[in-house]
Amino acid sequence: MIRQLPIFILSGLLFGAGLAVSGMADPQRVRGFLDIFGAWDPTLIFVMGGAVMVMMLAWPLQRRMLHPLLTNKFQLPSRKDVDRPLIIGAIIFGIGWAIAGLCPGPALIGLVLEPLSALIFVVAMTFGMAIYRVLPMP
Amino acid sequence: MILQSFPNAIPFHGLIGGLMIGLAAAVLLLGAGRVAGISGLFARASTLSKSGPPWALAFAFVLSMLAGALTIDWINDGVTAIYPSSTILLIIGGLLVGFGTRLGSGCTSGHGVCGMSRFSIRSLIATPVFIVAGIATVALMRVIGVTP
Repeated sequence: MIRQLPIFILSGLLFGAGLAVSGMADPQRVRGFLDIFGAWDPTLIFVMGGAVMVMMLAWPLQRRMLHPLLTNKFQLPSRKDVDRPLIIGAIIFGIGWAIAGLCPGPALIGLVLEPLSALIFVVAMTFGMAIYRVLPMP
Repeated sequence: MILQSFPNAIPFHGLIGGLMIGLAAAVLLLGAGRVAGISGLFARASTLSKSGPPWALAFAFVLSMLAGALTIDWINDGVTAIYPSSTILLIIGGLLVGFGTRLGSGCTSGHGVCGMSRFSIRSLIATPVFIVAGIATVALMRVIGVTP
């Protein structure tokens, strides 16, 4: 496990820095993307487009590798069924995302950029996750 | 670079940041065999998820994210982050994002970046669903006059 630590640190650093560079740390800008009837801000498309482009190169590479560089197997999502929890969860997430202009990544880096407000959101987000954890789910 | 019709947009920064996020996800995938879904990694780091990488690795990832953002904050002499002034909206938003991402198995990073680029059917459905839900919510808030 300890061998993988540098990978998680490097990935986390890049992820956090990328979010901060991209403008997505700013809830107002994210809401601007969703505000198609107002002063629409398409920046998020460039962010997601850039990230997806890199990952579209990474996935074919992954399929050719027998195992990841620093561990013995890939542990990836395998489900292919589109079920009700997926859709309802996505709708609930979308509503929350729009209300505050925050999804999990930007909210977490907000803890060092705008600590007080971000902390309120992150605590509430953790509660939301805890509620899911204790609710009996099918 | 400026988009004439959208003076507020920062497409160049967006693209560079996006490439960095993609690289981050690629490093985690090819190096450790894991998908860089932030809601899942955070749930793991806060011991609210049974699946995912060992706790210490998820926790290290989240801490490193903060360090990465802080570095840009120093280099740039500040990163713009204009938060809602309403505490109640922050709380409602947070609750919904936390619950929804767990129920829907992912967020903008897991579904939007990692899943869509893999052509995962679940992510190809979930991503437009949360974007449309978000657009509808902002439009509704506009109509009823709620500003964050």
